[in-house]
Amino acid sequence: MLIITYFALAVFGLGVAYKVSTWFRYYIDINTGEISLSTRIFAAIKGMISTLFSMKIFTLLKVFILDVLLQVRTLREDFLRWFMHICIYVGFMLLLLMHALDKSITSELFPDYFSTINPFMFLRDLFGVLVILGLLIAVYRRFFLRIPRLMTNSADNYAIIIVAVIIFSGIILEGTKITSHSKFQQMVEDYYQLDDQEELKSLEAYWITNYGVISPDLKGPFKANILALGEELNEGCVECHSRPKWAFAGYGFAKIISPVAPVLDKFNAPVLLWYIHFLVCLLGLAYLPFSKMFHIFSSPLSLLTNAAMDGEKSDPANIATRQIMELDACTHCGTCNSRCSVAVAYEAIPNMNILPSEKISSVKKLAAGKILSYKELRDIQEGIYLCTNCNRCTVVCPVGINLQDLWFNVREVLLKKGYPEFFALSPLSFYRGLRKKDGAQKDYQKPLGLARSAIVSKCELMGIPDKSLPLAPTDGKFQNNLGLSVQANTFSACFGCETCTTACPVVANYENPKEVLGLLPHQIMHAAGLGIQDLAFGSNMLWDCLTCYQCQERCPQGVGITDILYELKNLAVKNVKDKTSV
Amino acid sequence: MKFALFIGCNIPARLEQYESSARAILNKLGVKLADIKEFNCCGYPLQNIDFKAFVLASARNLALAEKRNLNVMALCKCCFGSLKKADFLMKENASLKKEINAILEKEGLKYEGNAEIKHLLYVLYHDVSVLHIEKKVIRPFIDLNIATHYGCHVLRPSKVVQFDNPVSPSIFDKLVEVTGANSIDWPTKLECCGAPLWGVNDDLSRDLTEKKLRDGKKSGADYLCTACPYCQIQFDTVQSMIAAKGDDNFQLPSLLYPQLLGLSMGIDKKSLGLQMNRLSLGGIEDFFGSDGKADLKEF
Repeated sequence: MLIITYFALAVFGLGVAYKVSTWFRYYIDINTGEISLSTRIFAAIKGMISTLFSMKIFTLLKVFILDVLLQVRTLREDFLRWFMHICIYVGFMLLLLMHALDKSITSELFPDYFSTINPFMFLRDLFGVLVILGLLIAVYRRFFLRIPRLMTNSADNYAIIIVAVIIFSGIILEGTKITSHSKFQQMVEDYYQLDDQEELKSLEAYWITNYGVISPDLKGPFKANILALGEELNEGCVECHSRPKWAFAGYGFAKIISPVAPVLDKFNAPVLLWYIHFLVCLLGLAYLPFSKMFHIFSSPLSLLTNAAMDGEKSDPANIATRQIMELDACTHCGTCNSRCSVAVAYEAIPNMNILPSEKISSVKKLAAGKILSYKELRDIQEGIYLCTNCNRCTVVCPVGINLQDLWFNVREVLLKKGYPEFFALSPLSFYRGLRKKDGAQKDYQKPLGLARSAIVSKCELMGIPDKSLPLAPTDGKFQNNLGLSVQANTFSACFGCETCTTACPVVANYENPKEVLGLLPHQIMHAAGLGIQDLAFGSNMLWDCLTCYQCQERCPQGVGITDILYELKNLAVKNVKDKTSV
Repeated sequence: MKFALFIGCNIPARLEQYESSARAILNKLGVKLADIKEFNCCGYPLQNIDFKAFVLASARNLALAEKRNLNVMALCKCCFGSLKKADFLMKENASLKKEINAILEKEGLKYEGNAEIKHLLYVLYHDVSVLHIEKKVIRPFIDLNIATHYGCHVLRPSKVVQFDNPVSPSIFDKLVEVTGANSIDWPTKLECCGAPLWGVNDDLSRDLTEKKLRDGKKSGADYLCTACPYCQIQFDTVQSMIAAKGDDNFQLPSLLYPQLLGLSMGIDKKSLGLQMNRLSLGGIEDFFGSDGKADLKEF
């Protein structure tokens, strides 16, 4: 057993070391690829030391108490989830300190400590039940309460299962031990040299009546004098044994199994269960660095580093390290999803990466250098671009991950890979424009041009310089598609008066607008009327439209020009996606 | 008078002073606000690529407000326009409404179209009234020339938004004038600020912004006044980015309407977040009537 324990500890230690090493080895920032490992380690040490010896120590203390210990950030968002987590966390931590590490902690603090006397016996069950209560809420939240866009993956299931197995195996072990007759006999032999058979029987009777022991041959009720003798003899035991009913969970279980207790005892169940309980705990320990449970270490670290570091002034090497560390701090709790401004779009665009919690999982893969397929990369890129940069995920993250910065970095990294991103041609790019100087400066324009050319490349007519086209409508299906909104099927009313083009501030901005914009608004309406999809999709005008609605407002024919342009944009993107999907 | 305040995405992340100043003036004017933290993006930036995602996002907000029996007050004109448009479309198109409601139903929401959508300026003009605001103005400006920038999505398409006369609107001018300032005439008053293309086509966006700035300056404006985060960020942050490149000769700082009104109502500068504007508004207090300098100007 000792060997297994050391083995588990070794795996745990190596696991933690491996995880921590990834914080320094991996990178996701476009600018930090060149920073060497030693520079990053050195910068981290320097950063930590300078923080510890500055006034920031008080900020850290505050964050530690409020956000790490009391988890106020979670409380602010959702009381039920806070209560759930507090139950599991307080219960489990206290069990760890008082029960699992009793030899090195509890016995040192309380010289009279025995696991079988109160208050320890009662507290152990109380903490266990607290954890179970938390686990029940967790299961209820994840599987019964329909929380929109709360995602549950195998790591979440593992976390619930491992904690549940640890706690339940403990309670079952306790229950079987209470009923165990062989355990009783062994204790008597070890601590109480009773040779007198009658005395032995009296003590046993007393324990059967008061301590829940189930004997294979002795059955109550017993005579008062026997019990009185038993009580007298029990004087030697009370010192170490409180009544088991205080261990209410285990005692309850003992009552349930009492009919089969002798059989269980015969098969040495208490010993077997002890092994199970112990081994499961060791398994949990060994696997901890690779499971969601690693957040016990990484989440407080994330909260503290984010409190200590201030944005732009921090060493880029440390920002890179922090961003990788934050990926391990994520507990997949889903708070970001429930508060994300665009998470609702996931219901219309089935791409998991729209949801922040799932983006994190994808970014983890990216950071670890996993080979991802074209489609996976495109999906991650779209998910990350589909973000209004409202900062809410960062504000609400219970472990303080600076998600918005992470998205900003990964967005630039992905855009560099050269896959067209059509959301780049939308107001979602506003923030990227505002942060021009922080991003990939020399590659700033690249994704914008790439998205446009990807669209044009699927419009064959755009490649023909001298276009002479048949007059018959060429694509009726395309026209039928222009009906998403009621305004959009009004293009057929256009009689080409050019009021729209005259009113357009974009057209007015150029000396030779056709050269820059391709078709002008009235020509696009005409192209739509003729059903010439390629010309309508391929014009720069589409993506240079401000959506200021000047044209639509002034159209004498009531054509919903701006809305038609909106729909053409939708269709143009769909056209590319349809033609490129494998 | 109570509204669900719709702050959208830009304001909490990049223009907090709009929220704080709006809250400060609305508080003084007796308008009560409810915060619905489940509100999401209005859908505006999604329209280019995915129509359904846009309508869904808007509809979810409206359903949330409806559930609480509240009307919505938007601070952003693009949010306002998008919510209005989605509302309009779903009222016109029953099958769209059904399709959207089928998705909303999964989280116990339903859009029926009972929540009214108003913009801050509309609420101030129609629900609060200029007369009532006038009573609260304790420090009217004198000789302050303001170029009011209406913003596109609050005016057009007029059939959908129904905010004011789309060709010669006057609500914003009257609201500016109640502070004592002059709302000047300027040719590009109703034109776009350029923000929708910032990040998409920066050169074009910049051309349009510069045109407006030059035009405002030429028409004698001391400041621009906006009531939309996109317009304000464009005229403030983006203007300072353009200016940083060194080719400007038209600097014209912009302030948010609640900042202007708040100053004339005597609200402290910190609540109005004046120091958070990128381009300094320094000197605006010189235009107060009680100030000697302003008095001199008058005579």
